Amino acid sequence: MHVVLDNLPAFLRATRVTAQLTVISFLLAMLIGTLVAGFRVSPVLPLRWLGTVYVELVRNTPLLVLISLFVFGFTKIGIRYSYYASAIIVLSTYTGTFVAETVRAGINTVAPGQAEAARSLGLTFSQLLFAVVLPQAFRSVVAPLGSVFIALIKNSALASTIAVMDLSFLGTQLTNSTGRPVAVFMGSAFFYLLLALPSGWAIGWFERRVAVKR
Amino acid sequence: MTPAPLVVVEKVNKHFGDLHVLRDIDLTVDRGEVVVVIGPSGSGKSTLCRCINRLERVTSGRITIDGVALPEEGKALARLRADVGMVFQSFNLFAHKTILQNVTLGPIKVRKLAKDEARERGLKLLERVGIADKADRYPAELSGGQQQRAAIARALAMGPKLMLFDEPTSALDPEMIKEVLDVMVELAAEGTTMVVVTHEMGFARSAARRVAFMDGGRIVEMASPEQFFDQPQTDRAKDFLSKILAH
Repeated sequence: MHVVLDNLPAFLRATRVTAQLTVISFLLAMLIGTLVAGFRVSPVLPLRWLGTVYVELVRNTPLLVLISLFVFGFTKIGIRYSYYASAIIVLSTYTGTFVAETVRAGINTVAPGQAEAARSLGLTFSQLLFAVVLPQAFRSVVAPLGSVFIALIKNSALASTIAVMDLSFLGTQLTNSTGRPVAVFMGSAFFYLLLALPSGWAIGWFERRVAVKR
Repeated sequence: MTPAPLVVVEKVNKHFGDLHVLRDIDLTVDRGEVVVVIGPSGSGKSTLCRCINRLERVTSGRITIDGVALPEEGKALARLRADVGMVFQSFNLFAHKTILQNVTLGPIKVRKLAKDEARERGLKLLERVGIADKADRYPAELSGGQQQRAAIARALAMGPKLMLFDEPTSALDPEMIKEVLDVMVELAAEGTTMVVVTHEMGFARSAARRVAFMDGGRIVEMASPEQFFDQPQTDRAKDFLSKILAH
């Protein structure tokens, strides 16, 4: 316990890094995921194809492998981002595939008649997607998107492998300096919980708030 | 010289896989005319209606609206659809939008009308179909008849040249059918060009100028309502009428 209390400022700083990493990556992942879900239901074949290739490639590669490939691979061809930026890019690209699949599932829950009515009014594909289909799709997938968010909180721990000073990195660091891994990582776990539990509650509240009456 | 018809359907065939649902359909609809399409289930009448605004793609043949052949999917088709109102059996109101938002969405997004103006016109239309008091409610809070009237207002808001009705009363309780038909009869009396797929023989008799009777994917009889109901020419039509008018 003392190890954690003695290093409380460091834990709080690291919690903030983890939270930032998660929130920024999630916002980007939502953007990427929504766009890609749109690609995957688009009438344009090359876009559908592009969306599928992206999802299948990235989703089926371990996050740790993606991080290593991105950091070392791009360094090799002369492209360099800070480790923090690299972590955000890889986390959002990876999480984007899960968002895309979740949003696509949401799109499939929207009755086909909704899109037909929108087309009958003369809306173009992107208009009907953004004005009619997606608003309803999102409402039905708040809970699964919440799970993606919580998974991301924990996945962000892998950023510690490229020296981003988040909760996991702090755990490793303090373990090395104090030799008390159990106490230290219990501390890390506690702060992860502190982020994840309220997120779950907020998601539940949000889901009830935006539910579509049918 | 008579003005060119608004809708021309020429030699249209439609297949769903092995199923041949429309066979050599020829149909013209004049401006201001109400054509009622009747026939047994599976005769292809809904498909014909959906082909006219290309929600279904025809396999062969040609459909023109106001002299323009239906374009391929894309911006041109969207523009054309904006001029063709469609009312569905299952209403298909946008579930996440209020009744008024349902009615103003098309005018704002497609016609680029200012929000205030769209709102004002939308409220007038809702008044016309008798549900102005429901403007801020969501579709699920309305009865079927009210939803269908809202759907008609939504279609009218685009100022369409043509209104398509695909079994508009088939999903309604009997006492709600009348309120929807009343609105449709009024539209017909105002000279709206309408193609109506329906089982409502009373409506066909009172509002249609012509009745198209379909069976097995063909239009087997086309006549004025008086002639069709009183002196059907084909055995198939006689048989159909005897079954539905027996009770």
